[in-house]
Amino acid sequence: MATTVTAPPVPKSPPDSPVLIDAATLSRPNRTWVPLPRWLRRLAGPALVVAVWQLLGATGNINPRVLATPAQVAQAAWELAKDGELASNLLASLQRVGSGLLIGVGLGVLLAVLAGLFRLGEELIDSTMQVVRALPVLGLLPLVIIWFGVGEEPKIALVAFAAACPVYINTYAGIRGVDNRLVESGRVVGLNRLGLIRHVILPGAVPGFLVGLRFALTSAWLVIIVAEQLNATSGIGYLMNQAQAWYRTDIIVLGLLIYGVLGLLADSLVRLLERRLLVWRRGFNGA
Amino acid sequence: MTTATTTEAALAVRATGVHRSFDGREVLSGIDLTLHQGEFLALLGRSGSGKSTLLRAMAGLDPDFTGELLVPERRSVVFQDHRLQPWKRVLDNVVLGLPRAGAKEAGLNALAEVGLTERARDWPITLSGGEAQRAALARALVRDPALLLLDEPFGALDALTRLKMHALLRELCRKHRPAVLLVTHDVDEAIALADRVIVLTDGRLGPSHEVGVGELRGVLLKELGVVEAG
Ligand SMILES: Nc1ncnc2c1ncn2[C@@H]1O[C@H](COP(=O)(O)OP(=O)(O)OP(=O)(O)O)[C@@H](O)[C@H]1O
Ligand SMILES: [Mg+2]
Repeated sequence: MATTVTAPPVPKSPPDSPVLIDAATLSRPNRTWVPLPRWLRRLAGPALVVAVWQLLGATGNINPRVLATPAQVAQAAWELAKDGELASNLLASLQRVGSGLLIGVGLGVLLAVLAGLFRLGEELIDSTMQVVRALPVLGLLPLVIIWFGVGEEPKIALVAFAAACPVYINTYAGIRGVDNRLVESGRVVGLNRLGLIRHVILPGAVPGFLVGLRFALTSAWLVIIVAEQLNATSGIGYLMNQAQAWYRTDIIVLGLLIYGVLGLLADSLVRLLERRLLVWRRGFNGA
Repeated sequence: MTTATTTEAALAVRATGVHRSFDGREVLSGIDLTLHQGEFLALLGRSGSGKSTLLRAMAGLDPDFTGELLVPERRSVVFQDHRLQPWKRVLDNVVLGLPRAGAKEAGLNALAEVGLTERARDWPITLSGGEAQRAALARALVRDPALLLLDEPFGALDALTRLKMHALLRELCRKHRPAVLLVTHDVDEAIALADRVIVLTDGRLGPSHEVGVGELRGVLLKELGVVEAG
């Protein structure tokens, strides 16, 4: 709805006069020619891949032992869902990841606060954690099995370990990175040590914590996949491992899809948390 | 000498022989200063002359000066940057550190005094530079300070906003009567606001000048070394 302004006839402009452009076009995204919502257009790519994949499989161009077709994957999902096997294995995986994360994130935050706030804590904890973080998590698997046997504990312990490290590192950095000028401004209004921690230091460390949490979720999934494939009698990883023995590529692909969806869900959970905890960054005035 | 005792007009600051060095380099070499309740003193000095160092010592932010420095219990500081906690809404920033009872009313009153009632529930990031500085002023005044320490509080503001802030500060000081130490390097600002102006050079305070007596501007510029003597 651009209004046309009839400019007074300009006497022939000098040759070096600049060409004027509409400033609005500089900051507005380009209009695309497809009149569809963005999320629908973004789905088009994956949908195309699935369609081609199905077509190739249905026409016999892909050996089902190499890769099942999307229809076969859906079929497998339906069958596993019907007899409750999918739900029980999914629950087993979720429980492991959930308890592991709870322990790991809690431990990471606790250690970060101790190391970030106390000289002695820093000296004892930080150097230890710097060594520990260098250990490859999955390398601990044999040790963890010796310690905890083959039940739920080793898997939970691995997830907890995988989650604790990134949470510790980023929360600690967040605490240490709090602007000293804000600490001073807290001190001149009379906050004591506890008040400073509560009103200045911990809120200032929240962005770092959230970065750590995101890393923790990613590595928690990574660890549980491997742990369940090596040594488990339930869980999505176990399901995939069984499927491997029978060349059931449909179930394997299904397992991968589930991991993918769970990863996406976890990520949007952190995003939601960020939106709630970091409103002050965008200045959105909340409800 | 333990605590500041009341004399004629109550004493707000007494500094005797205050020294401060950083890594062997002396920045304050013997500061003697008294400031009474209700008095507005401007401290001028070139960049790096040690004005902020003296003010930080008075604010209780510097554990490492030597000499005697008596200050009241209730004191507030406004810095050049507003230093509002970004994760607290404006009102929560203003009342931060106050005992809970009655804090909210006091905070809203202080915000009303600086004309920010509307913004009480906003996040600091949404404030303009002048508004943020007004919020910082409200945070300082809500504590009813006996000593108000201002470290170039208007240094980052545009000329127009600065003039408005001058008027606001004058009015608030007339009302609350704290002792004020204003650190600035703007001679005109010092003359416009203060009762008394002192120049800090080479770690020592110069003579104290009453504002409104004689032609002060030229004298101060000379003391600052901006214009040649004679
Ligand atoms: N924490 C510190 N460590 C080392 N040197 C410091 C420290 N704080 C201040 N100084 C030095 O002390 C001197 C005085 O600094 P100060 O900040 O008091 O100056 P100022 O008069 O406030 O200057 P400005 O007008 O630029 O703010 C400077 O040379 C500065 O480098
Ligand atoms: Mg300074």
